[in-house]
Amino acid sequence: MAAAQAVEEMRSRVVLGEFGVRNVHTTDFPGNYSGYDDAWDQDRFEKNFRVDVVHMDENSLEFDMVGIDAAIANAFRRILLAEVPTMAVEKVLVYNNTSIVQDEILAHRLGLIPIHADPRLFEYRNQGDEEGTEIDTLQFRLQVRCTRNPHAAKDSSDPNELYVNHKVYTRHMTWVPLGNQADLFPEGIIRPVHDDILIAQLRPGQEIDLLMHCVKGIGKDHAKFSPVATASYRLLPDITLLEPVEGEAAEELRRCFSPGVIEVQEVQGKKVARVANPRLDTFSREIFRNEKLKKVVRLARVRDHYICEYEVVGRVAYSCNLTYLGG
Amino acid sequence: MSGLKTSMTEGERKTALEMVQAAGTDRHCVTFVLHEEDHTLGNSLRYMIMKNPEVEFCGYTTTHPSESKINLRIQTRGALPAVELFQRGLNELMNVCQHVLDTFEASVKDYKDQKASRNESAF
Repeated sequence: MAAAQAVEEMRSRVVLGEFGVRNVHTTDFPGNYSGYDDAWDQDRFEKNFRVDVVHMDENSLEFDMVGIDAAIANAFRRILLAEVPTMAVEKVLVYNNTSIVQDEILAHRLGLIPIHADPRLFEYRNQGDEEGTEIDTLQFRLQVRCTRNPHAAKDSSDPNELYVNHKVYTRHMTWVPLGNQADLFPEGIIRPVHDDILIAQLRPGQEIDLLMHCVKGIGKDHAKFSPVATASYRLLPDITLLEPVEGEAAEELRRCFSPGVIEVQEVQGKKVARVANPRLDTFSREIFRNEKLKKVVRLARVRDHYICEYEVVGRVAYSCNLTYLGG
Repeated sequence: MSGLKTSMTEGERKTALEMVQAAGTDRHCVTFVLHEEDHTLGNSLRYMIMKNPEVEFCGYTTTHPSESKINLRIQTRGALPAVELFQRGLNELMNVCQHVLDTFEASVKDYKDQKASRNESAF
């Protein structure tokens, strides 16, 4: 009985010991465990697999994937970071730049600005094609000139009062439709995602006048094409109390974990500790600094339960990355 | 040594995949060299192939970080040629991804519906 439990633990949990982590690697391959049929079975996988979206808004996505292995979950993460295409500024044609920001620095900053355009509606630019056509390029114009404000107070030292157009934001970028793009994309669709990104600062007499070409690319080529800010996952924590913990020890136990993980309840006049929500724990391992309590708790993670948290910049189709791995 | 010209992914490449077999062995020990691939495909494909009971050994390495290719070696117990296991692994991986995609899209739709109904009931 105990042996069977130990085997189950080895197969399904990654155990965090005081000085090391055990059972890290996936071992459920055919032939490793007698009595288990570990050969790949698509039906069994489909029966056990589930996805639960916890939170989704325009900037972030948090969901749980249960019943999949690290190799594949990691492949999704890698693809999301490096191989899902987006549109970003690639070529900057500078007509006039008398600002204090050098041409190449300015061009680098413009490349990193996220562009609100669905990359699936565009093609990759052919290698060696310098001009770009309407099917693979988006054009933006940035034309800002800073002047002195004639109506400012005489003794003012606030740049917002003294100068006009001294801060160049992404809202100063205007889209220049190529070919039939004006018919395909309604007004306001093609723009930078955020209109309050500061690109450069100017003083009177300085001007920035340039034309930008956006192309489709992937994160592998340059990080500016990556559609996510951070793409991470963690395994679901699994905290087990090996003995009942009561009284003052229960309060101590509660303080050793992140708030909300351990709950202390009053049962028949005594305080009893209970694991309420292990998902919230960040595994600071504070419990191992407590000589009495470290023997009472087993810290582990569920091997096939992935809590994925993706922060997204701009528009991306989350399903895009899954089709990339398949195709 | 035999070269297979298979275009697996888009890109300007002469060869996407090569097979290397030592002289004297039959077709159940083969090393595949996959160009323009890395751990993304390597590790997930290795996992799918290892789940097959016919496999005696499966491993992959990235030869050097400057070179964008992986060596994937498959040794079978003798019944099937390694190429067939490789193909089966790829097909199974595609099925897994398709299923994950379908489940994910269904889950996203559920979440949106729930959110919409919660917003409605709030009013």
